[in-house]
Amino acid sequence: MSQASAAKDIAFLKEQANAVRIEILKMLAEAGSGHTGGSLSAADMATALYFSKMRHNPKDPAWKERDRFILSKGHAAPLLYTVLALSGYFDKSLLKTLRKIGSPLQGHPCSKLLPGVEISTGSLGQGLSIANGIAMGLKMGGMNSRVYCLLGDGETQEGQVWEAAMTAAHYRLDNVCAIIDNNGLQIDGPCCDVMALEPITEKWDAFGWHVIDIDGHNMKAIIGALNEAEGIKGKPTMIVARTVKGKGVSFFEGKVQYHGVTPTQEELKKALEELGENGK
Amino acid sequence: MGSREKKSGVRSQESGVKTPNSGLSTQNLNPTTTPLTKGGKGGFVATRDAYGDALLELGKKRKEVVVLDADLSGSTKTAKFAKVFPERFFNIGISEQDLIGTASGLSLTGKLPFASTFAVFETGRAWEQIRQTISYSSLNVKLVATHSGITVAEDGASHQAIEDITLMRVLPNMTVIVPADGIETKQVIEAIADFYGPVYVRLGRSKVPVVMPDAYKFTIGKAYKFHVGKDANIIAAGIMVSVSLDAMEMLKKEGIDAGVINMPTVKPLDNDTVVEAARASGLIVTAEEHSVIGGLGGAVCEFLAENYPVPVKRIGIKDTFGCSGPSDELMKLYGLTAEDIVRTVKEGLKK
Repeated sequence: MSQASAAKDIAFLKEQANAVRIEILKMLAEAGSGHTGGSLSAADMATALYFSKMRHNPKDPAWKERDRFILSKGHAAPLLYTVLALSGYFDKSLLKTLRKIGSPLQGHPCSKLLPGVEISTGSLGQGLSIANGIAMGLKMGGMNSRVYCLLGDGETQEGQVWEAAMTAAHYRLDNVCAIIDNNGLQIDGPCCDVMALEPITEKWDAFGWHVIDIDGHNMKAIIGALNEAEGIKGKPTMIVARTVKGKGVSFFEGKVQYHGVTPTQEELKKALEELGENGK
Repeated sequence: MGSREKKSGVRSQESGVKTPNSGLSTQNLNPTTTPLTKGGKGGFVATRDAYGDALLELGKKRKEVVVLDADLSGSTKTAKFAKVFPERFFNIGISEQDLIGTASGLSLTGKLPFASTFAVFETGRAWEQIRQTISYSSLNVKLVATHSGITVAEDGASHQAIEDITLMRVLPNMTVIVPADGIETKQVIEAIADFYGPVYVRLGRSKVPVVMPDAYKFTIGKAYKFHVGKDANIIAAGIMVSVSLDAMEMLKKEGIDAGVINMPTVKPLDNDTVVEAARASGLIVTAEEHSVIGGLGGAVCEFLAENYPVPVKRIGIKDTFGCSGPSDELMKLYGLTAEDIVRTVKEGLKK
């Protein structure tokens, strides 16, 4: 890709990430419950994956050669639903049904109800193990598809994450690329107060992973890290993405209380103005 | 089952009913091989050994079969498969939660994973992983656990799963199977490979008498009627089938016509056969090497209470933990012998 087209791609992805944030906020305001902060903090990574990096086909969600995305931090369901809708897996109007009776858009992703969701998640710490299993199966089948797994930082307090960390390194799953959305906050407060996580990069390095530490809101850095991961052989890659919870809406940013609280109509109006959308 | 069992004396039993012989075998006092009941005309096989053989055979026939274990492959007997198909075997180490997640991921790529470890760790340590992924998404993962029940013996309560049937039975989409012997175990492994969906299979550590006829064909959800009695019917699963057959013979000598029904599939329960047994005798006794809460006894009681109420007596572990000791002594200590069943049937008939 030429420098000019790469720059164009980055500009497009930035716009797309903005559009993703707008839809997330609208659907959460409509639903009246759900996880705002962690959906916004991971929006740039999910956008880079779904609109640039991943090979996938919204018209054929079960396409065998697709790359897989596992949302281990299942509470960021609004983010997953938005990137799926904007990719064309289903009509955007369905986003309004989030968390409503009969909706395929459950509070946490349900693969049985919504094509495009690889596996149901929501209980933390379990996605990386599943990603590893998929990666093993793909390798056995001679497929070169990649498996992406998005984790929350607080989520890595779960012991199973480290079991899976060992498995991925032991079986040299270089088709696994995990991303930690390191927004530094969890429900009860800053991660460093609840249960300290640092040094994050050193931990994953010690577990045998290739680790890339980036600004998780810098689209160029995200794409660069995803490209770098693809070239790593013999070990899995962990991208530690330093992010801001609630990113994109000034009055949500870095506020722990917006982990599981949705915008009021007033807040939605202000947020959409900040994101350049006129409160449609 | 391989030729080894045949050599050791497995043979056809025309009536399908085991005949009690002179008594406990004393040929081997090693706790792992001490037979649990009398009988033994058809030989003794641990269901985990039958699993190891069946899994290897299945692996030869079906390339999509993959096997995962959590550092217990020598004990669960998945090592037999691992030796022949190392590229399709994944030792996940001592990490049961990761075992379940990894197996789930493999199933999502079209593999047919068998995930094995001890029952207490598979269903206890990783229960939530099984719930959230395998059960909720109805994945085609086979959970085959060994070392269930108190016949784990000397290792004691920490290793004796007495609540695993309950834990698995409560999960939507889950099929729960408790084979009675080696013959049935082999059949079960073949049957669940042809069935799409999550299945839990409960196997044991100790050698148990072979009770099923050679020509037996296991079907998921179908009971096997050794005999339907007019006075009482014992619905049993796992090693308690053999014990119940001993009890049946003892009762017969006292003029009591008690039947024995092997109920390998605890979920979905063979409701028709439960009703048939209840209708024939009016007294049902359930027998399992498991807590009396929520297992086979629970399942039978739930069904009968709503559909065909008759008196039911439950033989099992009575809401307590196990302890260390030889298998046969533990069976006595926890009231799981033929004599206990005989006494329970008689008590039930008095009322």
